[in-house]
Amino acid sequence: MVAELSRDEMLHNVKADYKYGFHMGEEDYSFKSGKGLTREIVVKLSKMKNEPEWMLEYRLKALDIFLKKPMPKWGNTKMLEDIDFQNIHYFVRATDKQGRDWEDVPENIKMTFDRLGIPEAERKFLAGVTAQYESEVVYHSIREDLEKQGVVFMDMDTGLREHEDTIRKHFGTIIPAGDNKFSALNSAVWSGGSFVWVPAGVRVEIPLQAYFRINTENMGQFERTLIIAEPGSYVHYIEGCTAPTYSSDSLHSAVVELIAKPGSHIRYTTIQNWSNNVYNLVTKRAAAYDGAKVEWVDGNLGSKLTMKYPSIYLMGPKAHGEVLSIAFAGAGQHQDAGAKMVHFAPDTTSIIVSKSISKDGGRTSYRGLVKVYPGAENVKSSVKCDALLMDEDSRSDTYPTMEIDEKDVTIEHEATVSKVGEDQLFYLMSRGLTQEQATTMIVNGFFEPFTKELPLEYAVELNRLIALNMEGSVG
Amino acid sequence: MTATTPILKIKDLHVEVEGKQILKGVNLTVNAGEVHALMGRNGSGKSTLSYVLMGHPRYKVTQGSVEYKGQDLLAMSTDERARSGMYLAFQYPVAIPGVSVSNFLRATVKARRGIDVPVKEFRKELKECMAKLGVKDEFLSRYVNEGFSGGEKKRLEILQMALLKPDMALLDETDSGLDIDALRTVAEGISSFNNKDNAIILITHYQRILDYVTPGFVHVMQSGQIVKSGGSDLAKELEAQGYDWVAKEFASSGAN
Repeated sequence: MVAELSRDEMLHNVKADYKYGFHMGEEDYSFKSGKGLTREIVVKLSKMKNEPEWMLEYRLKALDIFLKKPMPKWGNTKMLEDIDFQNIHYFVRATDKQGRDWEDVPENIKMTFDRLGIPEAERKFLAGVTAQYESEVVYHSIREDLEKQGVVFMDMDTGLREHEDTIRKHFGTIIPAGDNKFSALNSAVWSGGSFVWVPAGVRVEIPLQAYFRINTENMGQFERTLIIAEPGSYVHYIEGCTAPTYSSDSLHSAVVELIAKPGSHIRYTTIQNWSNNVYNLVTKRAAAYDGAKVEWVDGNLGSKLTMKYPSIYLMGPKAHGEVLSIAFAGAGQHQDAGAKMVHFAPDTTSIIVSKSISKDGGRTSYRGLVKVYPGAENVKSSVKCDALLMDEDSRSDTYPTMEIDEKDVTIEHEATVSKVGEDQLFYLMSRGLTQEQATTMIVNGFFEPFTKELPLEYAVELNRLIALNMEGSVG
Repeated sequence: MTATTPILKIKDLHVEVEGKQILKGVNLTVNAGEVHALMGRNGSGKSTLSYVLMGHPRYKVTQGSVEYKGQDLLAMSTDERARSGMYLAFQYPVAIPGVSVSNFLRATVKARRGIDVPVKEFRKELKECMAKLGVKDEFLSRYVNEGFSGGEKKRLEILQMALLKPDMALLDETDSGLDIDALRTVAEGISSFNNKDNAIILITHYQRILDYVTPGFVHVMQSGQIVKSGGSDLAKELEAQGYDWVAKEFASSGAN
């Protein structure tokens, strides 16, 4: 282990790096925590990041909660049982991550890269062969525009140093450490993630993409993201990508908090395609104040088990929340996704649209909650969940919950389960499309309400990925 | 295929669906350039014939053969048949949610022609065909058959035929549910499509469309067989006398 830098040296590095806001540069020091999670590891982690005392205390309290809390008794408990908490490195610097050889990358992954047209430079990174990938050129020009508008977009570690007061005020206010076992874990060992702050009235027209500032640490296990939109502002944040992304870490437990102050609008788009060794257990929640709008656009393609229920707390009158989610589960996968809408205030509205496809024995679940508190009059909420089963081995479940404690509300719920229609297939094949092409077209059409909300390049990639997944599906 | 090979030659075709015999020995030969009208009551087997010619998985051929341009049609899959020039305009076209008409048309034209048509060229051709059929531009961004009126669905079926340029077009009650203006437009589309190289089987319940599309041959189906054939005059006789007249004739000839 290399000797720690002096405080002065670290501060110097911080100022030098601020222009880019992200990567730590060559001044990084090596560290890899031992396996398992102890108080000592958390203290070391916090000290190495040179965090303020209050954050260390926060982490330690969270650690206590994590160690005491039992595992959830719902969800895919069988898969959850397989998580060996003692066999995980909770903090590893990017440069220390075990890379793998390109030769070891599975053929089908390489083929997917080809078919999606992923640039050479990105492939090795996504496949876990190299630890760093930088698209500095693209990122740099966007940075200048953001600075002019006064928008803050940086990684959370830097954010904590540069905007300590703002973060202290909001961190953990939407998702407290004790919310659930995995938010407690994240609160104890979080590292990386994004901090976004948009000044009042400012509209950020280009989507902020976490992908720009990639390095393995930031796509890490325990990302912590906080987005604050001041009144009347607008921002669209995108994380992840459709390309298959290898992670040597098997447990991902991110926490994302969004604060949409009155009249603001936050859209948060995620597409994850984690390798099939990953447990992806994420807590995402937004608070939408008076007249604010929050949209979670959530695409779940990869991982072994994903448990994720983007939520919106509608705190002020006329706030509006939407969750648009898709899930694709292939062999050995379980996508347990959904949404939660909690109406605290009157005249609030919410929409949940969940579309899932199960294939080759994959399993998708929709788990959702619509809750209306007393006094939240004139609430309108609609839930639509559609599941498509591609074959007889696959499975889909729906667990919708409604807790409505107010009479003057309009709540709609619609759920469908279907298989690919024989008549639709015949119609398309009677125009010359092969069964595979016809199936792909039907599946793309099924996901269209989601795909059309994505920026074009993501939509194109997603369609290609679906076509690839449909190959060899005939029979 | 030589100049004299029929486009379609159906011999003694027996078809069952879900264990029930629907076609009980259909014989029909269609040559290039011809328009054949196939008429009959509901349940006579008209639609069944079109589905089986297109290869619908539920319809089982129990006896007989079909030659298409000299080849064994029944040995080909549905998509193979389509790519080699067979086309079915459905009576009740199914909706394909989330798939835009423009994407759909591009993909099917590509399948039929074997190559991607350059965008500009395709647009031009598409606009011309759309104009002829009275189809508006905004149609292209709607999802295939989703929320379409009956007339819109039928127009899309004929638009596809104009673009795919099949050699053998089966039109299943393309006239049903259309008002007089739509009927005329659709009928004109069909007439202008027909040339000396292709052929049409026009399945219809009413003789109305035959005022606009003159068939060279008219056949009447009943109980799964073609029981009477004639020229376009036969259609007028049916209009005047109804199907009962044919039924009586057929019964009395002992051919049941």
